[in-house]
Amino acid sequence: MANTYSALRLLREAMRGHKGWGQAWRSPKPKSEYDVLIIGAGGHGLATAYYLAKKHGVTRVAVIEKGWLGGGNTGRNTTAIRSNYYYPESAALYDFSVRLYEGLSRELNYNVMFSQRGMLVLSHSEPEMELAARTVNAMLINGTDAELVGPERVRELAPILNFRPDARFPIHGGVFQARGGTGRHDAVAWGYARAADALGVDIIQQCEVTNFLIEGGVCKGVETTHGTIRAGKVGAAVAGHSSVLAKLGGYKVPIHSYALQAFVSEPLKPVIDTVAFSPAYGAYFSQSDKGGLVIGGGLDRVPSYGQRGNLPMQENVIGGLVEFAPALAKVKLLRHWGGIVDVTPDSSPLIGPSGVDGIYLNCGWGTGGFKAIPAGGYLFAHLLATGSHHEISRPFDPDRFRTGFLIDEGAASGIAH
Amino acid sequence: MQRFPCPFCGLRDEREFHYAGELGKTRPATFTKVSDKEWRDYLYAYRNEKGAAEEVWVHLTCREMFVMCRDTVTMEVIETRALRKEVSS
Ligand SMILES: Cc1cc2nc3c(=O)[nH]c(=O)nc-3n(C[C@H](O)[C@H](O)[C@H](O)COP(=O)(O)OP(=O)(O)OC[C@H]3O[C@@H](n4cnc5c(N)ncnc54)[C@H](O)[C@@H]3O)c2cc1C
Ligand SMILES: [Zn+2]
Repeated sequence: MANTYSALRLLREAMRGHKGWGQAWRSPKPKSEYDVLIIGAGGHGLATAYYLAKKHGVTRVAVIEKGWLGGGNTGRNTTAIRSNYYYPESAALYDFSVRLYEGLSRELNYNVMFSQRGMLVLSHSEPEMELAARTVNAMLINGTDAELVGPERVRELAPILNFRPDARFPIHGGVFQARGGTGRHDAVAWGYARAADALGVDIIQQCEVTNFLIEGGVCKGVETTHGTIRAGKVGAAVAGHSSVLAKLGGYKVPIHSYALQAFVSEPLKPVIDTVAFSPAYGAYFSQSDKGGLVIGGGLDRVPSYGQRGNLPMQENVIGGLVEFAPALAKVKLLRHWGGIVDVTPDSSPLIGPSGVDGIYLNCGWGTGGFKAIPAGGYLFAHLLATGSHHEISRPFDPDRFRTGFLIDEGAASGIAH
Repeated sequence: MQRFPCPFCGLRDEREFHYAGELGKTRPATFTKVSDKEWRDYLYAYRNEKGAAEEVWVHLTCREMFVMCRDTVTMEVIETRALRKEVSS
């Protein structure tokens, strides 16, 4: 990469008044034709373009984005990264992603601030502890790191939580994944964008795909607000808008779109250095390097494309948090927002052909696809470049809804996405 | 909080309602062979409309199912109507 970032470079630019950095990526005009065209410059679309160029030498690639890159769910999420899933198929997928995250800053020459501060999922009763033991066993068998922890260890990991015996949900212990943690969401989008651009990928922002170009039943490109762009293959990675594209293309997706909300507080001194999640309280939180508490919870109750949250879920999450960590009751919120997430019936993603020749899908990540960006991009690039699945993505083919081989993580890992 | 109009009880708090599914799906008739594809479409293919949508909802307090037409972007309720038909005399 011509424009490499390093400590030496930082020193040099500092002495020159930071005037020599240059742009991180170009803003090219779309060409009339590409080998592969990706719709959606979220993390998954950008990572796909990067791995197409890097791993497969496919560089005539465009990523088409209707807004700005990383402005969808990738720039709106609470950045928890983990692989504490139950089924072997999911563990293979998400742990692959965590492993890619572990080397990502170096790979992209961009600090994505992956901080392995651990992910703690609380149990609040004896039956929940039994399920936690089952989860830990499954994770260990699947080759993921996991620790079954009791209340004393929880107290060490997150002393700010509510340990009173008369708490609404007393803490009995939980599952701790030490390799989990958080990353910087924008940096993941920006890092992949910069690295893909350097390999020749055209990232075209402020350009909406308005239709597919179908000739003889085969997709040959797309119509956009900037005109027709032809392509050998089209990959759609548009999260909550997957059904809108499906309608245009004439294929079907098993997706409901919901708003998912998040909150950030005013900056505080460090109060927690892990990600703490209580399914019972319906809330989780971590603390950013700036000191803000990053708070999240469950989906809104009503399917929606309104990119903002509704009040019942706000009450749930904040009410839950205040009982989960009562010391935070007086903390003020700074910002609050929503993103439209793509929820599948089994809470697992869709990677595979759409049913229309030439159109491929990478979507259905729902409330948990930030952690999966490196793997999603890697596997989708493999599919687009070779025309067939990587072993890890095969079980996630949309055809599972015909065969019945669902990967029901919603039920198995008790994650309500 | 938003309020939804139950055709039987009138305007009530949104938390009393549950989204049941999209309107207009007919369960495949099982006296003939139903293909996996037909089951998939019936069980898992959703229109997931952006904008005007027609859905089946339950008012949990009176337990009635009814049709709600609403805008999934603005959240405006366009119309609600009962699912049951009047018995003609
Ligand atoms: C509040 C919230 C909290 C979350 N917390 C977590 C978390 O802690 N951990 C985790 O792993 N995941 C989390 N997620 C989920 C995660 O953010 C998503 O699964 C992930 O970012 C999806 O990435 P993506 O690239 O598929 O989609 P996006 O980042 O949404 O990108 C899709 C892009 O497609 C573009 N697009 C759509 N239609 C068109 C069109 N017609 N033409 C051109 N462009 C189009 C959009 O503008 C958008 O930029 C959270 C999500 C939300 C909303
Ligand atoms: Zn009613």
